[in-house]
Amino acid sequence: MNLLLLVISAVLVNNFVLARFLGICPFLGVSKKLSTAMGMTGAVIFVMTLAGIASWLIYHVVLAPLDLVYLQTITFILIIASMVQLVELALQKISPPLYRSLGIFLPLITTNCAVLGCAVMSVQNDYSLLETTVFALGAGVGFGLALVLFAGIREVLELAETPKAFRGTAIALVTAGVLSMAFMGFAGLVK
Amino acid sequence: MLTPTAVLAGIGLVSGLGLAVAAKVFAVEIDPRQEEINDQLPGANCGGCGYAGCADFSAALVEGKADPGDCPVCDDATLRLLGEIMGVEVGESVRHVALIMCQGGLSVAHREGRYNGHASCASADLIAGGGKLCSYGCLGLADCQAVCAFGAIEMIEDCIARVIPSRCTACGKCVAACPKHLIRLVPANTQIHVLCSNTEKGAAARKACNVSCLGCKKCEKTFEDDPRIIIHDHLAKVDYLKPPTDQAVVEVCPTGALTVRLLDREDRARQPS
Repeated sequence: MNLLLLVISAVLVNNFVLARFLGICPFLGVSKKLSTAMGMTGAVIFVMTLAGIASWLIYHVVLAPLDLVYLQTITFILIIASMVQLVELALQKISPPLYRSLGIFLPLITTNCAVLGCAVMSVQNDYSLLETTVFALGAGVGFGLALVLFAGIREVLELAETPKAFRGTAIALVTAGVLSMAFMGFAGLVK
Repeated sequence: MLTPTAVLAGIGLVSGLGLAVAAKVFAVEIDPRQEEINDQLPGANCGGCGYAGCADFSAALVEGKADPGDCPVCDDATLRLLGEIMGVEVGESVRHVALIMCQGGLSVAHREGRYNGHASCASADLIAGGGKLCSYGCLGLADCQAVCAFGAIEMIEDCIARVIPSRCTACGKCVAACPKHLIRLVPANTQIHVLCSNTEKGAAARKACNVSCLGCKKCEKTFEDDPRIIIHDHLAKVDYLKPPTDQAVVEVCPTGALTVRLLDREDRARQPS
């Protein structure tokens, strides 16, 4: 039950993009087409889950026993970056089709603040390893939900008659704000 | 002070070593020719070859799935280079350019209505075929210009598209984009073209546009023994396998649909812009 609440919280109530405002860069950058948004979503869920587990392990096995928790940010970045590289190398060999479909998104995620934020938050909230995994998964799905919704809206928006001043990024930002307000409706569903 | 430094350095070292080992374990062998070929290709990722971009095409080349000639954009010199890298013979090919088979601009083509919806030929075509009386003609809303990766199509003042031959690479994207199917790839060294696609009978075609082909057969009769211009469905078509060479033939055309366009010479006459 606790885990279910954790997922609902990460996906809807405290959505990473629309409620916590993390990962805005890819949210605006790769949301022009639904298909690329899907690719990005897959890559983010994948990396976020792995990064959550890896950083939990590093924190609880290395940093906490040695009383070096103030090093968490830099070590997490180090871990996430090298792990993404590792996953990329492995994918290229093991599953070229998956590698090709994730494409450029995989290396892009290295510097995605949502991934780092997820790792930091699970440590701050004192989650267990299982909770961290579920939380990271939920956060990834939440990011994907926001991205796919936004990409769908933007695709339709392309065909709409937008006033000249609002065309392109301007209307996209306005849309993002409206979408974020809509997600605020979930507030209070879970504490 | 020592511990944090050591821990951080340790983590860095371990991940670095891990990556180095992984790079060896998961090494994927890439044919060195692929990179070489990729450097030679135009790099516009136009998709004219049928592959998803130039990198994909070079991979297909190396695997032997494609021929260098499948790239419609490369010029002969580049094709020979590709042939050298691959160790295959490359035959001669004739350069083609896209040509828009309509010259019915607003000043000569008559209109039956005014289309003021979304500015795209594809949507205009859906609404009663656009605003022109001639339902075959160029709609002038620049769908072809939008898909051209080489900036080879310009919209001239008369609200009609025109190909800039020197920039055209015959990738064929505009051919697919035109809802009226007006664009053909023709050999660049040909001179005489029928710039009309209207297949209606003479009277109807004339009513719609001043420069339409009426199907009057005057040009066909000029080459009676050896047909180089064929009338089919009230529309003259140049047989590009044996194109007419005598420019005098255009003088018999009563409307000017049959015209001389020196495609390969237009290139040189044009000022670089």
